[in-house]
Amino acid sequence: MLIGRFYRGLGLLLGLILVAAAFVASVILGTTEIAWPTFFEALTHYDPSRVAHIILFTERLPRAVIATLVGASLAIAGALMQTITGNPLASPSILGINAGAMFFVVIAVSLLPLHTPADYVWAALLGALVAACLVVLLSRGRHGELAPLRVVLAGVAVTAMFVSFSQGLLIIDRQSFESVLYWLAGSVSGRELSQVVPLLPLFGGALLLCALLVRHANALLLGDDIVKGLGMRVGTIKLLLGLVVILLAGSSVALAGMIGFVGLIVPHMAREIFGVDHRWLLPACALLGAGLLLLADVASRFLMAPQDVPVGVMTALIGTPFFIHLARRKPA
Amino acid sequence: MTRPLTLTPSIDATVAAGRARYTSLLGLLGLVLLSSMGLSLSLGSFPTSFPEILHALATPQDSDIAFIVWELRLPRLLLAVLVGAALAVAGAILQGMVRNPLASPDVIGITSGAALAAVTFLALFGTTLSIHWLPAAALIGALFAALLLFLLAWKGGVAPSRLVLVGIGLSAAMGALTTLLIVISDDAVAMTAYVWLTGSLYAAQWQDVLGMLPWVLVAVPLCLAYARHIDAMALGDAVAQGLGVNLLRSRLVMVACSVALAGAAVAFAGGLSFVGLIAPHIASRLVGRGFARLVPAAALVGALIVLYADLLGRVAFLPKDLPAGIFVSGVGAPFFVFLLHRTRH
Repeated sequence: MLIGRFYRGLGLLLGLILVAAAFVASVILGTTEIAWPTFFEALTHYDPSRVAHIILFTERLPRAVIATLVGASLAIAGALMQTITGNPLASPSILGINAGAMFFVVIAVSLLPLHTPADYVWAALLGALVAACLVVLLSRGRHGELAPLRVVLAGVAVTAMFVSFSQGLLIIDRQSFESVLYWLAGSVSGRELSQVVPLLPLFGGALLLCALLVRHANALLLGDDIVKGLGMRVGTIKLLLGLVVILLAGSSVALAGMIGFVGLIVPHMAREIFGVDHRWLLPACALLGAGLLLLADVASRFLMAPQDVPVGVMTALIGTPFFIHLARRKPA
Repeated sequence: MTRPLTLTPSIDATVAAGRARYTSLLGLLGLVLLSSMGLSLSLGSFPTSFPEILHALATPQDSDIAFIVWELRLPRLLLAVLVGAALAVAGAILQGMVRNPLASPDVIGITSGAALAAVTFLALFGTTLSIHWLPAAALIGALFAALLLFLLAWKGGVAPSRLVLVGIGLSAAMGALTTLLIVISDDAVAMTAYVWLTGSLYAAQWQDVLGMLPWVLVAVPLCLAYARHIDAMALGDAVAQGLGVNLLRSRLVMVACSVALAGAAVAFAGGLSFVGLIAPHIASRLVGRGFARLVPAAALVGALIVLYADLLGRVAFLPKDLPAGIFVSGVGAPFFVFLLHRTRH
């Protein structure tokens, strides 16, 4: 673990460099490799008649931007969920938030003429909210406490419910096959930059709210009784942090479908390096999450080239051993 | 003349009354199942009356109706009953063992292991090998998943909660691989795989029924033989050990039974989820605690659930024949959420 402002600051700087490097790798690597000079050329003198420039602007750049945005958001959402529930296994994918958002998007897209993420992001947010409420409702014990195994099982049951609803919809309405599969598998490709921009205020708002609540989140680590003793309202803090989680996870699903395990692994990695203080933990989560998803996306292009593997599959394969490790470490 | 005043009825009388109530409940469930089977046989895209069905059942090689009844509806019906019963008992075993109402074969990854193997089979050999090998592939997948689960959850023993958590992780990984296979294979294979994953009894044949039967006949009596152990384990590990239960051996046998039942069910009918979760709950509301009492009731309830789900899919949306799995999860999932909410205290 890094101790002291200097070393932690240095750590964050290194993280930033990692993200920048992964971003550039994501833009230039792929089935059509784009040389360094072309990259800069396209940035400075965009020429719509050159194939490389078109690929860069319509495919690679949006893909890298989405991976950065979604990776960072999911990681922060995961860290906050782990703080709220006090459960190391909590994350948007395990607790069913992603599945809820996905199901509502699939319903909205198949019933209404909606085409861009900005059109249906409200459905994703609503779905995330519904799933979160369901899980909390189902996993509260006698005294309102969240029993660890129960939270996870309730999340898995809620996920199973939403996923099987989506599968049923898919079989009844075969037209939506492609789109449903896209949401289920999770993918950062196939979007344009202009579709991402309208969602930026949502991400920005969530991050701002999160920044305002950092000290309160730290207080939660001390236990509910101490928080009350400090004169803060536990319920309000958890509710507001939950709102941040829903905004981040819902918007991420609207952009990229169900991408699992980023929100689970990254907070643990970040905690190992930067400690539990949210002032350092959350920026570290953002950087590591973005880096992880960017690299997973780059790897997904080469795993079964020329076919793209959905990045959600990649993160699940990377994340599972980690999840099992955590499950084994947890005292039963 | 005055009768002697008794403050408490004798224990024998209470036990006898309870037993009579249980027997009559079970008998009632059995009757409902039988009449539902009759209903299911007489409904379908080709309308038949009940006397016609009885006639066709009596004279197998006679008419078109006999063909419809004997070759199309009856095997499908019997498979639905067997699969439902198997999934319900598999769920009851796991819930008893883990002492958690949320455990089921789909949660701990047995179903997803079978699904991964089945989809692999469809993607790699779908065009070259006969589809009859699919159940074998799925069963191997389920067994392999269970083996992996035990290996990964092993830490000087298998604590139930660790088993469940590791199962959830495994299930996620196998789900991801299944999605990967579906995404990279062409659309026709992908759709077949998807219908299979949802769970369907479409085109069930006698050989499927005969393939399913031995698993049920072996695993259900075996788990009943261990009923006392499960009841002891419900009181906690320490109590169970004090009562002379070999925890590890009992758990291994129970999980083996559960895997055999769930694996076989998934092999022949695809990934029908939620039956293993909700059937034991409904059954325990009807008959109360006690594993040996629970198993027959759960089996009957599970059979009824799958039977009606398949009947709905077959009849309600003619000419479409929708997979039973849609209805099982469509009704089962909300009902499960409701149950969970009711039983949380």
